[in-house]
Amino acid sequence: MPVVLENLGKRFGDGAPVLDDVNASIAKGEFVALLGASGCGKSTLLNIMAGLELPTSGALEVPSDGAAFMFQDSALFPWLTARENVELALKLRGVGRSERRVKANELLELVHLAEAGDKRPHELSGGMRQRVALARSLAQDRQLLLMDEPFAALDAITRDLLHDELERIWKETGRTIVFVTHNVREAVRLGQRVLLLSSRPGRVVQEWNVTEEHRTDAGLAGQLTGVITARLREEIRRHAK
Amino acid sequence: MPNNPTPLQDVYAEPAESHKVHAALTRSSTGSEDLRELGSGLDSLQSDAVRKARIDWTRILLPIAAIAVLIVIWQFYVSLGIKRRDLVPGPLDVLAQMGTLWGEGKVQEAVWTSLQRGLVGFLISVAIATPIGLLLAQVAPLRRAFGPLISGLQVLPSVAWVPAAIIWFGLTDATVYFVVFMGAIPSIINGLISGVDQIPPQYRSVGTVLGASRLQMALQIVLPAALPGYLGGLKQGWAFSWRSLMAAEIIAVGGTIGFGLGSMLDQGRILSDMSVVMSAILLILAVGILIELLVFAPIEKRLLRSRGLLAGSTR
Repeated sequence: MPVVLENLGKRFGDGAPVLDDVNASIAKGEFVALLGASGCGKSTLLNIMAGLELPTSGALEVPSDGAAFMFQDSALFPWLTARENVELALKLRGVGRSERRVKANELLELVHLAEAGDKRPHELSGGMRQRVALARSLAQDRQLLLMDEPFAALDAITRDLLHDELERIWKETGRTIVFVTHNVREAVRLGQRVLLLSSRPGRVVQEWNVTEEHRTDAGLAGQLTGVITARLREEIRRHAK
Repeated sequence: MPNNPTPLQDVYAEPAESHKVHAALTRSSTGSEDLRELGSGLDSLQSDAVRKARIDWTRILLPIAAIAVLIVIWQFYVSLGIKRRDLVPGPLDVLAQMGTLWGEGKVQEAVWTSLQRGLVGFLISVAIATPIGLLLAQVAPLRRAFGPLISGLQVLPSVAWVPAAIIWFGLTDATVYFVVFMGAIPSIINGLISGVDQIPPQYRSVGTVLGASRLQMALQIVLPAALPGYLGGLKQGWAFSWRSLMAAEIIAVGGTIGFGLGSMLDQGRILSDMSVVMSAILLILAVGILIELLVFAPIEKRLLRSRGLLAGSTR
């Protein structure tokens, strides 16, 4: 089990807890979608798994070499080309100069961006930037890949394609992926398991398995989306005054 | 345990014709090749066509026209004869005076002396200010302690240091350099700090996630990210160097201090020769404009263009 969360809690200062008693375990090679309404602390949970923040209570087990992380906006460095952005991740990992070049080209080829390596981030479209960011996070070569709503800012056509791309890359690389989203369809489209996080405090309240049939049968997938959406709305309604 | 990922071939094996596309919920592409094709189509639709850069003549002609207009106004004012000619010389008088000074070799000597001092002083200031600025920007307690002092030094006119410098160093080059440093260093430090302050916080998170050490973070991420602000600081630092230098040269004349543009200006005042004074002012201005046009403007333009920050600006 690369990731185990036990009674994890987080509060900022004296405020109400953002996360409370979160329990989950994620197996190696699994693709888990972490679903929740805005402000439910799912990004905080991801940041804790990435080591960017510390939990205030509970225990947490993550791979000792840390996790790769992909942000909502690509967060590419504008002063570097697409290839150099990927190379920087390799460099900070201690990969030698000549090997860096080869590896970066391989990774850009993996995300179908071999020709765009010399372009600067501002010359790329939003979808291309996210693919470079994906290549960069793969360059970190960590088993665990954490993704924080990476496709939220993209148009629908691009997003659909990137879902296919991400599924393909996940299968090719065998990574363990935790994918945070507030989009039920996206969660059903990508996750093998969908974990629903409640809001204030955040806690895993229910989970669903998504089977291979859901990937090809739109009726089945639609049904599951409906069920999860209903449950999510119930969670949101609890906070009505 | 995870569901075993189905091998790629099986997943994408269905023939394209029979595949119903239900984007968002199910796979929207019919296979690896289809996916690549769709992706590259979308990429080319969403990328801007390459635009050819041309020489924009308005960039050259408009500033020249603006200067010509100002000179015509100047000449017109002088020809009205409101003030005595020796108090307000016309453009032609100043040009003639400059020709005489050039013939005596004074223009060359003054420009060279000042420019060389200004550049050396500026470069040393950059070398001193950059590590200090980076250190202050990265280490919070240091910044809290020294930040207000550095900001204060920037407000303090560096001319205020001239009397002190003369007492300490006498009429030597050291006096001039000291005043230049006191002008340029705080402003470069401040420029770098404000450049660092404007870095999106996410860049640091990315650095942390990628496993950057403190030094790597400072040199590979913070410094390049802060470059636009840093360059602004350098520009201001140069302006402060040049101004401080002129102030020092005007006040501290004699000793082993050579003949610079400031000295020329002071000489004109002593001789009550307005055309010498005007010549010196125009030369000081011209050097400032040339350094901006030939050094800073190209660097800044390149920097901004490579980061996609130039679109829509009036530069």
